[in-house]
Amino acid sequence: MIPFDFIYYRPDSLNEAAEVCQSLYVKGKSAVYYSGGSEVITMCRAGNIRPDAVIDIKHIPECMPLSVDGQHLNIGSVCTLNQIKESNLFPLLRLACGRIADHTNQCRITLGGNLCGSIIYREASLPLLISDAQVTLFGPEGKRTVSFQSVFQGRIQLKQGEFIVQVHIPTWALSARYAHIKKTAHEKIDYPLVSLAAIWKDGNLRIAFSGICSYPFRSGEIESVLNDRTKPCKERAGQAVDLLPEPAYSDAKDSGEYRAFVLKNTLQALLEEWENGKI
Amino acid sequence: MVRYENKVVISLDINGETQTLAVRPADLLLDVLREQLGLTAAKPGCLNGDCGACTVMVDGWPAKSCLMLAVEAEGRSILTVEGLGGTAAVQKAFVEANAFQCGYCTSGFLMVCHALKTQHPSMPEECVVEEWLQSNLCRCTSYREIRKAVQIIYQQNMP
Repeated sequence: MIPFDFIYYRPDSLNEAAEVCQSLYVKGKSAVYYSGGSEVITMCRAGNIRPDAVIDIKHIPECMPLSVDGQHLNIGSVCTLNQIKESNLFPLLRLACGRIADHTNQCRITLGGNLCGSIIYREASLPLLISDAQVTLFGPEGKRTVSFQSVFQGRIQLKQGEFIVQVHIPTWALSARYAHIKKTAHEKIDYPLVSLAAIWKDGNLRIAFSGICSYPFRSGEIESVLNDRTKPCKERAGQAVDLLPEPAYSDAKDSGEYRAFVLKNTLQALLEEWENGKI
Repeated sequence: MVRYENKVVISLDINGETQTLAVRPADLLLDVLREQLGLTAAKPGCLNGDCGACTVMVDGWPAKSCLMLAVEAEGRSILTVEGLGGTAAVQKAFVEANAFQCGYCTSGFLMVCHALKTQHPSMPEECVVEEWLQSNLCRCTSYREIRKAVQIIYQQNMP
């Protein structure tokens, strides 16, 4: 049971959603955009958030597409992880979505919800960070389409009242070589110790990480080290771990030292598979 | 644009019947099913989307009713264990396989298995079955028997 009341809005258009959010903001009311809702409901029930209103954007047509149009795969923000999996239009994203939560929850969790979530892992961001993806956002100031990597600094940087409409993935990424690895401590369905997505463009490895730090990231420095094929795989993997943007993440379950150990071994195995032509 | 505040009257399609209910926008589907309609098959467990005891079917797909607002269910087709009627193939298969001990998780597993058969009328790959069943927990660890029940449904080609 959610032990307080909120107003529920279900807009039919982008403008309606942004306008209602802005009108609430002007009145000093708090509002959250809502799509799959699993995190919003959980946080409301636990008392972590207490919004005056939720704005359910699942009925906005522009947030729904899941199709290839010319040069891009367009995925609406309210597409569920399961819809993305079933479509199999972007195999790397399919694998990433397939390892978030469990299957039933994948039928509810949306791409936009995972990208905007407060839980630190946001694993659906990884394929987008390395595939030159763009994202269309909408808010009180209108629509803007920007590079996903430029607007995702650990979490997506939204202006007041903005929400994700679609992500756009260039078609080269849909057929590129890729790898996805998620390591968990015990159960298959769990938050990651280390989760990584890799894609190859023009023979170069691009790679993004979740779990190892307190936010998902892609690092040019790490990619440079990993792509230096004059050095042994083990050495490159070790150097990459030394270049993390912050100390490896520690929590009650797993130490940073252990996560770094797992990352090093995972990277070494990935590089060896690449060297041996298995990817 | 729909705007709901305080108590609102909504109509939901539950087990093939239209139910008219007064709900708060913050009411969870699980609570409405159990407390307003007396449909107690969906069980409150973790209330966090982890255990799957509250699983129902929404438009043919499994959904954890503790993580869904009742107002979101407008226009959707909701199926609970009560809607299976007691003689559905999945229920017979669970009895045949003794796929329960305390029974608290059974409703959720029944709905996941029913949704699996709905979406995959022919036997899917083992990894697909495993993936679907991993959404639910059985603390009595009847997993082997539940897996056997799924086999029975497909081997006997139960509808």
